[in-house]
Amino acid sequence: MTFVGSLGIILLAVITVVLAIPLGTYMYKVFSGQRTIFEGIYNPVERLLYKLMGVNAETEMTWYIYTKKFLTLNLVMFFVGYLVLRLMGHLPLNPDHIPSMNWNLAFNTAMSFVTNTNWQSYMGEQAMSYLGQMVFVQFLQFTSIATGVVMAIAFVRSFVTRTGTLGNFWFDFVRIITRVYLPLSILFGILFLALGSPQTLHGAAVVHTLQGAKQTISRGPVASLEAIKQLGNNGGGFFNANSAHPFEGPNAFSDVLGILGMSLIPTALVVTFGQFIKNKKQARVLYIFLMATLVVGAFVVYAFEAAGNPVLAHVLGIHGPNWEGKEVRFGPALSSYFVSATTAYTTGAVNTMHDSLTPLAGLVPLGFMMLNMIFGSGGAGLLNILMFMIITVFLSGLMVGRTPEFLGKKIQAKEIKLATVAMLVHPFLILVFTAIAVVSKAGLAGIYNPGLHGFTEVLYAYTSGAANNGSAFAGLGANSPFYNVTIGIDIMIGRYVSIIAMMAIAGSLATKKTVPASVGTLATDTYSFGFVFMAVVLIVGALTFFPAVAIGPIAEQLKMWATGR
Amino acid sequence: MRSVWQSIRTTIVFMVLCGLLYPLFLVLIGQTVFPFQANGELVKGPNGAVVGSRLIAQPVTQPGLFQPRPSAVNYAANGSGGSNLGPTNPALIKEVRGNILAFEKLNPTVSVSQIGPTEVESSASGLDPDITVRDAMLQIPGVAKATGLSTHTLKKLVLGHVRGRFLGIWGEPHVNVMDLNLAVLKLTHK
Repeated sequence: MTFVGSLGIILLAVITVVLAIPLGTYMYKVFSGQRTIFEGIYNPVERLLYKLMGVNAETEMTWYIYTKKFLTLNLVMFFVGYLVLRLMGHLPLNPDHIPSMNWNLAFNTAMSFVTNTNWQSYMGEQAMSYLGQMVFVQFLQFTSIATGVVMAIAFVRSFVTRTGTLGNFWFDFVRIITRVYLPLSILFGILFLALGSPQTLHGAAVVHTLQGAKQTISRGPVASLEAIKQLGNNGGGFFNANSAHPFEGPNAFSDVLGILGMSLIPTALVVTFGQFIKNKKQARVLYIFLMATLVVGAFVVYAFEAAGNPVLAHVLGIHGPNWEGKEVRFGPALSSYFVSATTAYTTGAVNTMHDSLTPLAGLVPLGFMMLNMIFGSGGAGLLNILMFMIITVFLSGLMVGRTPEFLGKKIQAKEIKLATVAMLVHPFLILVFTAIAVVSKAGLAGIYNPGLHGFTEVLYAYTSGAANNGSAFAGLGANSPFYNVTIGIDIMIGRYVSIIAMMAIAGSLATKKTVPASVGTLATDTYSFGFVFMAVVLIVGALTFFPAVAIGPIAEQLKMWATGR
Repeated sequence: MRSVWQSIRTTIVFMVLCGLLYPLFLVLIGQTVFPFQANGELVKGPNGAVVGSRLIAQPVTQPGLFQPRPSAVNYAANGSGGSNLGPTNPALIKEVRGNILAFEKLNPTVSVSQIGPTEVESSASGLDPDITVRDAMLQIPGVAKATGLSTHTLKKLVLGHVRGRFLGIWGEPHVNVMDLNLAVLKLTHK
């Protein structure tokens, strides 16, 4: 570990927060229907979009209608996406003659992109035509994050609504794209272009190298994908190596941009939440605890990666940091922050091969996805934070014998039941699917690394799916009917069950009267509440996942130390 | 049913806006404002033919050129990837051992204790275009012997191609192998 490396990690966290605060305020204006900058351009464009979509963007919706629109739109996008993947081999914009996908790969991929997961069983440069990279990948990278963010906004409105309604789905969906994701993506896309990401419709370049060998260099519309991939917490790369590929991450500057891209909007949403409930301190308390967790995670990765692999030192005399699966231009420190941020913010882009991380460094991304609320992705992350806040309020209420209230709303049996469903579906999916995979022939067939590490590969895959993250211990041979179908289902349930349960809570809260705060009210914007909140998260996480991580990364780390001595 | 119809229309509208207009707008900007980057930073060799991309490593097996980092995918620029070998996998030891032998073959004067992990552990993309300054320095004697250039000239060349950290903080100082090799060829083709 070096001073400069550590400084870089801390500065990234500081810059994220500094930029996120004004963005969060701006997003509050977007969702509360206030005038924003460039109103004269946005307003007519949006009215045209509503007209083309055939929607009324003014009627207020109950939680039920709002969720119905969300689910219907997701279903339609899934089918259209699936069709594109099944047919793209016969469609235009395919200079490298890439074939269509088979049914199980197309199912997995369509489910993965419609849910903002971006788990990729396919190799980008070999299995996705340019048309697919555009009208499938980039299209869904915008809409999947937009549908996620609007659900969180609808939930937040349940605290402040006077009519019992949660806003208009179409209004929110259009405005988050036109006023946030699209302009930011154009800005980031141009920056990525200037820094070295290609943006072309020409097919792969075939060259004769300095030694005269033939090399086929895949390229395509990369820069535009890169922008929304990061900003939208998608993470699905153009190339197999994702952000480690020099065209996706040409230098440290572009890597920093990628990190800021994935961090900005989920961090800003915490501020937006604070603005909605007219309580800035709430956002501050959450910031401190969540950002601290993220930074500690980055330093844990950094420490173990900088220490290197004792086995290689012992057997071969190769000393120094673990460079297997890392790129020189990024180096261990920046790579470590990326590893933490991509899982904390549930993005799933990688600039380092997670499968080759030292075991305890690999536990950090795995653990962040298991907790699934260290900011999380835009929208889904805030919903998970709110879900754990409700659980914490309830537990604290039990401990002191008070009727739990959360932001002026009574938390009763119905809300707790639904929050528990939303909380438990995540570990249930991970542990049950992992158990099935490691006792079935088809599951074991995909494992690449032997021993304990192979178990972690499977555990990581279902955790990534359930958390809608999409990063992988990529040695796992996941492109088989078994993994494509099971991970596809894992992704689907992980996304929709918790969102529906949370929206049902929102519907219930929205119709409740606001109880004025009294001496007996548990304040949620204090540091002591923040502390209890994090403790609840960590205890719940440890109780559910410790046995699994003990036989995975923890045991492997002990084995590595023992071998390398 | 009304929701379904609205959803179909919304899907089409945003597929066109985000899936076609947005990337094509950036293609337009790329091809007009940044044509070099937008087409993959392709560079020409001493005889004027395109020899590769300065962002994509290519295999170097003969003496006389600087070697990039090892690639688990044999520098397949149409199939990127790392080794994905876990830290305790015996195959990792085998792979690194093989990389040490390959490095020693082109750099016979270097002893194992001098070799750093960057030069023998595979990169994440398999296409890492850069090497560390130290790894470039280690290769100087081998390149000097094969090209006839003096070690002093090569050292100056390497130092002239070092790119520092971004803003002095993020990333690692490195040398782009394609830039460096083209500079070597320029000197030897005089």
